[in-house]
Amino acid sequence: MAAKTESTFINMVLTLFVVTAVAGLALGSVYNFTKEPIEIAKQKKLTKAITAVLPAFDSIEEKMVQEANGTESLAFYVATKDSLLIGTAVSTYTMKGFSGLIQLMVGFLPDGSIHNISVIEHKETPGLGTKMKDAKFKDQFIGKNPANFNLKVTKDKGEVDAITAATISSRAFSDAVQRAYDTFEKNKGGNE
Amino acid sequence: MSQMKNFTKGFIKENPVFVLLLGLCPTLGVTTSAFNGLGMGLATTFVLIGSNVVVSLIKNFIPDKVRIPAFIVIIASFVTIVELVMQAYVPALFEQLGLFIPLIVVNCIVLGRAEAFASKNTVGASAIDGLGMGLGFSFALTLLGGVRELLGSGAIFDFKFMEGDGMLLFILPPGAFIALGYLIAIINRMNKKNA
Repeated sequence: MAAKTESTFINMVLTLFVVTAVAGLALGSVYNFTKEPIEIAKQKKLTKAITAVLPAFDSIEEKMVQEANGTESLAFYVATKDSLLIGTAVSTYTMKGFSGLIQLMVGFLPDGSIHNISVIEHKETPGLGTKMKDAKFKDQFIGKNPANFNLKVTKDKGEVDAITAATISSRAFSDAVQRAYDTFEKNKGGNE
Repeated sequence: MSQMKNFTKGFIKENPVFVLLLGLCPTLGVTTSAFNGLGMGLATTFVLIGSNVVVSLIKNFIPDKVRIPAFIVIIASFVTIVELVMQAYVPALFEQLGLFIPLIVVNCIVLGRAEAFASKNTVGASAIDGLGMGLGFSFALTLLGGVRELLGSGAIFDFKFMEGDGMLLFILPPGAFIALGYLIAIINRMNKKNA
């Protein structure tokens, strides 16, 4: 076995320099290599969410719209088929989830009724809050127009049936949908 | 120590979770289902093997006084590679484990094995040690995740065989401590009998 390198100043500096340089090079190349697949995976997820919440469309236009009661901007995806407006997907969020941020994609038809909702990101408790992805909870929003559908859980005198043992997640979900609707209404579906 | 013994010690005798009680943060945090436990375990295994091999390869070139920073840089690089690769090719799993992947860097098992084993042994033995310890960690996480998923949501690997909800407590954080406590007691009992 070769003798161990001594802990002289110059040795220490050299070793650390070489180790970090090699690590940096390795990370750089892996980053370059995975950059594209990561971008594709993200794009795919977004496209999938938009397709899931809107009727069939042939072209989509993205725009950022300032939120109705706040300073943040929401992404609107305005979908058209044969140049006719058929719906708008709104990427919305809430911070009121059991573990903070929940991101949803809500698809509105031109008249303001909900076509479908898809969950993009969340950190809710597996087995409890994650049930907001299930049809049993989510499907109650389909076809409803928030203008005459109170987006609050029944416990808060609204019309949303909350998930058993996950009232907070259900409330947060409704909050995000409400935010999407308010912004959608204020901007007339993103057409102004 | 024979290579076989070197490999199997990570499972029961020196299991990182049940016996050494190392790396409990990811253990308690991600094991809400068997699948999450397995994913986290395998990611850690990859980092362990990689860092053990590299550390044992360059152990003679690293001056003693700067060995810890050098090890940490190596470990952190492997973790970042795992993170990027997971993000690119298994985005679904990455979403579940996202927060915990960077935490592998500070998982004491990884630095512990680099310091206690890889910096004193040959490349081959270190690789086997990393594999054994990593699989032992995966085994512990999958077992704990399985128990919690079974009791908490009546399913294993998302395969439901019970209607309705289980004891919800077990998917929540306190359930992690309770389940881990019982598993440690059982493993210790087994180890005592073998001794």
